[in-house]
Amino acid sequence: MALSVDNLVIRHGEVLAVDRLSFSVAKGEVVALLGPNGAGKTSTVETLEGYRSPTAGTVRVLGLDPVAQRRELSGSLGVMLQQGGVYPVMTPTQVLALFAAYYPTPRDPKELLEVLGLTAVASTPWKRLSGGEQQRVSFALALIGRPSVLFLDEPTAGVDLHGRHAIRSLIQQQAADGVTVLLTTHEMAEAEAVADRVAIVHDGTLARMGSLSELTGDGVFFEASAALNLDSLSAALSVAVREELPGRYRIDGEASPELVASLGTWLAGQGATLGALRSGASLEDTYVAIVGERAHEVTSDPPSTPRRRRRR
Amino acid sequence: MRALIAQCRAEVSMTLRRGETLLLTIGIPLLLLVFFSEIKITGSETAHPVNVVTPGVLALAIMSTSMVSLGIATGFERGYGVLKRLGATPLGRGRLLAAKIVAVMVIEVLQAIVIVGVGFALGWKPSGGVLGGIAAAVACIVGSLAFGGIGLAMAGRLRAEVNLAAANGLYLVLLLLGGMVVPLSVLPKALRVFAEILPAAALSSAVRDAIATTGTYSGCWIVLVIWGVITPLIAGMSFRFLGD
Repeated sequence: MALSVDNLVIRHGEVLAVDRLSFSVAKGEVVALLGPNGAGKTSTVETLEGYRSPTAGTVRVLGLDPVAQRRELSGSLGVMLQQGGVYPVMTPTQVLALFAAYYPTPRDPKELLEVLGLTAVASTPWKRLSGGEQQRVSFALALIGRPSVLFLDEPTAGVDLHGRHAIRSLIQQQAADGVTVLLTTHEMAEAEAVADRVAIVHDGTLARMGSLSELTGDGVFFEASAALNLDSLSAALSVAVREELPGRYRIDGEASPELVASLGTWLAGQGATLGALRSGASLEDTYVAIVGERAHEVTSDPPSTPRRRRRR
Repeated sequence: MRALIAQCRAEVSMTLRRGETLLLTIGIPLLLLVFFSEIKITGSETAHPVNVVTPGVLALAIMSTSMVSLGIATGFERGYGVLKRLGATPLGRGRLLAAKIVAVMVIEVLQAIVIVGVGFALGWKPSGGVLGGIAAAVACIVGSLAFGGIGLAMAGRLRAEVNLAAANGLYLVLLLLGGMVVPLSVLPKALRVFAEILPAAALSSAVRDAIATTGTYSGCWIVLVIWGVITPLIAGMSFRFLGD
């Protein structure tokens, strides 16, 4: 395994950030780590990157301890931070040339600038680049040393459509070349586009992990314009109906014409309108079912400061 | 070696491009040199003010560069996430700190050239000959280590903004208590005794001991060496790549 996390526990003082988390990632695999703010994603990734020691449990990257064997490992890692991480006065050309000097066989900075559409701003200081351009430079820095393992934190946040496409293509190309990718994101579309498997972390534990087809299952999903009496609806349809988020419902059953017709009739009788009817769960549905109300948090958690305050 | 050279180049280039750094490391020392060379508050009845002030301003320049400029820049690098990112590369803590030391030394050589040149223009007559010059250079190197250690220790632990305030505050305190432009002899006795165990007074006295004849106190070299050993060790142990 390229990455292995075994019974990882991380505490920040009294706060339990990660609680007996275990998962592994194979060589050349792309795994997306999903979870709301404070779920423990950043703490887990920072432990894998060797920035912090586990409180308990073990992590291994390419079979090595990322803290104790940091020196041996550092040449094999590519790290993309969620934001910043670059000298503000340096241009993309300068910073890529500087980082290239750290590695024995770096990629060609010019080629990376070209592939990521940064040639036009190659001589613009980092602080004057747009958010999307900064993300692309940051991604280029993660690739410059020809890493075996890539840690990417929100790689396409703020990046335009063309840039997203370029970044996603490069991630897929890296995986095809045998590079292991651990991607932290809040974007389901990102995970669906590039990940072989998805791990959903919630409250410091691994809630679900599997391929997209494993995580997305049966069910009928719909939205309604008014609050519904679920007991009454379940009885009318003879199947269980759950409200996953306000106004968003899941029926445990197959989307047969009869069921859909019954649903429409029942809703009409309640004066409600049927919307967004869909058969089969999307990744977002699965995520919402696990994470619940916190699924729509949009801001990302700052490193090392989990918002959750669980004390054990 | 390639990584170290590249990092050294980057550090020197970025330091020279920071306007506020040049003001702090060259502008303010020069202003103080010119001002205090023209007025008589040097504590010496016989020596021309410039002969007392120039070694003190050299010490001040060392403190400005090693502690304030280096510390503040490093603190902001940590705040920007630059150190975190560097921590995941093969550069390593040792080469990063070495590159920063080299950058500091380069700036200090430039400072010394400018200050000594202006000092001569103002009529400075150093004593001690070549050996005195060498001794002053050694004092400056040890002083750099001492102040660099303080700057990096603060940058390695404090949030960037807190570090900025702390470094500037400490700079002001050490400027006043360091015997650099205000002689230790005019301080109240208790304050003078306290000042003499601080690295600023130790450095300015050691430099004067080497190239001037006034304004020194016994034990300044010992105090300076102790600071020059202890603070880099503290910085090395406390320096963190992660967080703000």
